[in-house]
Amino acid sequence: MTKKNSSAIQRRLIPTYIFLIIVSFISVFPLYWMVSAATNRSVDVARGKITFGTYMVTNFQNLTAQTDLWGALGNSFLYALVQTLVSLLVCSLAGFGFELYHDKWKDKVFSILLLAMMIPQVATMIPLFKMISSVGLLNTVWAFILPSISTPFLIMMFRQNSRNFPVDIMEAARLDGLSEFQIYFRMYMPVMKSTYAAAAVITFMNAWNSYLWPKVVMADTRAQTMPMLIANLASGYTVDYGVLMMGVLFCSVPTMIIFFVLQKQFAEGITGSVK
Amino acid sequence: MSKQRNGLNIQGKQQRAGWVFLAPAAIMIAIFSFYPIIQAFITSFTTGTGVNQKVADPLIYNYTRMFTDKTFLRSVGNTFLYLAIEVPVMLVLAILLAQLLNNKDLKFRGLFRTMVFLPCATALVSYALIFKSLFAQDGLINTIFVNLGILENNYNFLGNTASARVIIIIALIWRWTGYNMVFYLAGLQNIEYSVYEAAKIDGANGWKTFWKITVPLLMPTIVMTVIMSINGTLQLFDESMNLTQGGPAFSTITMSHYIYNVAFGRGVGKFGYASAMSFFIFILVAILSAISMKVGDTRD
Repeated sequence: MTKKNSSAIQRRLIPTYIFLIIVSFISVFPLYWMVSAATNRSVDVARGKITFGTYMVTNFQNLTAQTDLWGALGNSFLYALVQTLVSLLVCSLAGFGFELYHDKWKDKVFSILLLAMMIPQVATMIPLFKMISSVGLLNTVWAFILPSISTPFLIMMFRQNSRNFPVDIMEAARLDGLSEFQIYFRMYMPVMKSTYAAAAVITFMNAWNSYLWPKVVMADTRAQTMPMLIANLASGYTVDYGVLMMGVLFCSVPTMIIFFVLQKQFAEGITGSVK
Repeated sequence: MSKQRNGLNIQGKQQRAGWVFLAPAAIMIAIFSFYPIIQAFITSFTTGTGVNQKVADPLIYNYTRMFTDKTFLRSVGNTFLYLAIEVPVMLVLAILLAQLLNNKDLKFRGLFRTMVFLPCATALVSYALIFKSLFAQDGLINTIFVNLGILENNYNFLGNTASARVIIIIALIWRWTGYNMVFYLAGLQNIEYSVYEAAKIDGANGWKTFWKITVPLLMPTIVMTVIMSINGTLQLFDESMNLTQGGPAFSTITMSHYIYNVAFGRGVGKFGYASAMSFFIFILVAILSAISMKVGDTRD
């Protein structure tokens, strides 16, 4: 391609660039504002100050004084990590079983399980609440994770990605005397690393973001999560924007880090089972 | 796959192993999804609060009641309003962005993609609170509008029905457009470049190429994003709860938020009625998913 030609192409793309710059600005600005507000006094934020201020430490101290920030952060991390680990184990085992040992009956079970995708969370919320409270698990990590360990989405994701798993190797491994479980742990898990990574990112994000369910079963302040903590901060009549945005920032930092470090897995995670 | 089917004895053993592998997941879905939805259906025929549940008389009392409950009808109306405006706008914008970002001549593609995608990394409650603060009566948007002379006095965006609804829709579009764009980008990257070149040689312009090639090839992805968006919008909770608290006067409340209020709001606990409403949402989700799948099929 000649230089003249390519500069002509770039000239034709100018409207595209302008449009993308506007969209990018709208996408990024609220997040920039969140960070800047976390460093300013509430009155300055309300006055429209959007540059960085010097009240970051004060806001942070007020936040830790008003709320149990470390407790909520710890809870959120604990719940999200446990859910990710258990969920990945259960769902990948199922995906492995459904794809590599499939027969007519397993395929039928699979299509029945997929129907669970149509069940909205709010529809099962009350019976699940009764179930969890009747076994005395309210305000425990189990209350948080049990309903969302096994999801059709993750099972499908592992199943679809198992399509490329080399079946011949399994035969060879069996001849070498490996049990089916050993095949899963020693061969399936390492080969499926990238699927595990994508599934882990998406599960962690979902667990971190979940709000309605913890609000139902984690009423005790000692069990509360980050989303619940910041929602409480904002529910009063007067809101300290600096402190609130500091809390919002703490709630978003872990997901942001995951996003920037694992952007590829993040994208693969959400497009996951659509291959 | 046929290789596994060698040898009956070994095969039988392996098939059993397969069942063992999928059993935990299948049992958990049965216990935590299928059993509760049946329970919800049964509970929906009871009335009373908390532990004093008794069978409703007449049996369908909760179902007839919800169609005379103004707040419930309003929550249904709101949810469908969000659905009707937000989903099409968001998905068209997402396809447009994916199409623009799929251009090989575009510079800074990675940077643009990251920025458009970035809102998805914001925690759900976080972004609702950011928008709440931005549009507050003493928030930044008001300050800017007053300084520019667009508004005379600070306007209570979240305190007025129309503007509060618009803000919920804007916030939803902001949060989810990049998310959907990722699906379309992945879909577009699967379309061979040669298909476009052939179209160009045949004299098709950009618009025609888009409608005759891109859209049909993306159809499965489009159907899936439509189903996901419908499903997500019918279950909206965080935004209604945190951005507007459903207000002013329930004018922005969503179905999930109202059900939560009826079941777990201050000292209410009307589990029967809440279950009936939640079963209604379940039916809606199922019907709308089925319709979108049908539509997607015929166009293929």
